[in-house]
Amino acid sequence: MKILVCISHVPDTTSKINFTENDTKFDTNGVQFIINPNDEFGLTRAMWFKEKQGATVDVATVGLKDTEPTIRKTLAIGADNAIRIDTAPIDGYQVAKELAKVAKDGEYDLIIAGRESIDYNGGMVPGMLAKMLGYGFINTCVSLEIDGNTATAVREIDGGKETSKTELPLVIGGQKGLVEESDLKIPNMRGIMMARKKPLNVVEPIGNEVSTEAKKFTKPAPKGEVKLVDAENIDELINLLHNEAKAI
Amino acid sequence: MSILVYTETENGKFKKASFEVASYAKAIADQTGGSVTAVAFNAANPQELEKYGVNKVLHVENEKLQKFNADAYAQVITEATKQETASIIVVSQSANAKYLAPLLAVNLEAGYASNVVEVPNTEDAFTVKRTAFTNKAFNETAINTSTKIIGLSTNSFGVHESETSAEIISFEGAVTDENFKINVESVDKNTDKVSIADAEVVISGGRGLKGPENWHLIEDLAETLNAATACSKPVSDMGWRPHGEHVGQTGKPVATNLYIAIGISGAIQHLAGISASKTKVVINNDPEAPFFKAADYGIVGDAFEVIPKLTEKLKEFKANNA
Repeated sequence: MKILVCISHVPDTTSKINFTENDTKFDTNGVQFIINPNDEFGLTRAMWFKEKQGATVDVATVGLKDTEPTIRKTLAIGADNAIRIDTAPIDGYQVAKELAKVAKDGEYDLIIAGRESIDYNGGMVPGMLAKMLGYGFINTCVSLEIDGNTATAVREIDGGKETSKTELPLVIGGQKGLVEESDLKIPNMRGIMMARKKPLNVVEPIGNEVSTEAKKFTKPAPKGEVKLVDAENIDELINLLHNEAKAI
Repeated sequence: MSILVYTETENGKFKKASFEVASYAKAIADQTGGSVTAVAFNAANPQELEKYGVNKVLHVENEKLQKFNADAYAQVITEATKQETASIIVVSQSANAKYLAPLLAVNLEAGYASNVVEVPNTEDAFTVKRTAFTNKAFNETAINTSTKIIGLSTNSFGVHESETSAEIISFEGAVTDENFKINVESVDKNTDKVSIADAEVVISGGRGLKGPENWHLIEDLAETLNAATACSKPVSDMGWRPHGEHVGQTGKPVATNLYIAIGISGAIQHLAGISASKTKVVINNDPEAPFFKAADYGIVGDAFEVIPKLTEKLKEFKANNA
């Protein structure tokens, strides 16, 4: 089984979010970048398929050279090959199109991408990629088993779960649940050393066709002070929620 | 010009988010001219949509489409868009809508903006305001394609009545076997409990609850307010509560009317995930907990004393205001 895991290079979850160039660009100054958490759950599940079922695992990222430390980390975790498509990601459509080319060329059986990146939260790439390839697609996937050519997947729905069966090739929009938080791997020294020798292929983009463009960023207005209510005076809280906030 | 909305049903009933997307489409129609057409699958009462400004309902009653199937539903909406020559399509951000929208975007070669929180600006370029960086920022996004898809964030626009009369038209939608690659085998849904996505009120518990055996306190309070129950990341990581209840950056987003956090300190990732909620209440014994900076109302106190009292008082309140 050949697996491709799509990796997004995103600011760490604790990053301060600021903008530059007249609020048109994300300010990367002092920001630590990480593997998008939803992608990392997928990558870790892919490692399980590698260990238990002999799968090969490639990773692909759409991004410029600055994404390479993140890509190297995926190799240190255990991916076999990495592909970097040498262009800045602008929108989901463009990213999906670039990944579709790589996915088609590589004839992968299973493609895993996070259900959304934690920077733009678009939630577009996995579905678009599947449709462009003509493969089956399961989003918000929290469990995945592969037996031969058949996949059994559980998807999170509003208020529950849905189990389905399908044939490979398949695209998954992954998230926590594919593996547990405690299954995530911190690369060891051997992994890091080996990652240096693994291939990181840089490929040219096929184009820059975008359908949407981020124009300007703003930050939410600062919040007013919290109103503290005495623990002995619950009636006051209920009164505020009812008459002031109109929340109950 | 026609604006198309996907109005989701559950067991034949429209979800509240369907009325919200209809209201939103009506607001666009008022701004740009044009009418609102809804696509509804197996609705018990499609006529209901006319209360929210829908002029036409394409009602799909295909036997094959009884159960949600993202690719098949996207195909039907694609056909409907072409038939109606619609240039704007509005979907909610429910799990199912988020599942089908990217498929629809590829079918229609349409630009798709998700997590939109305001009516588009159509003066110059067509731009929408959407949340980014998990609610830590907003982003104005231009949609450059002739057909545009908007994913409207839950509870961002609200439901607005606008009585009109709607024509109900039966719509077939040509689906093929190709659209049914995914075979749903079973659905496991807690039907007697409101889901986090649909709830008006969410009661969320953190490590301060000390253990899963104390969750009856959260559940009792939730029941009083017909609320969904949720939890912080450590609570789901420790297995006290199922993953489906984890809210925050890597969990579920919450955009509810009232969010009550109990025994949750308020890590930045948690706050980001819930900040779209309208009113936030925190109950924590640590006055230094970061959640107090993000909340509207707060009680510094012991959860084990405060929750039962709050539940009891709310019961009285509900009884008096029923």
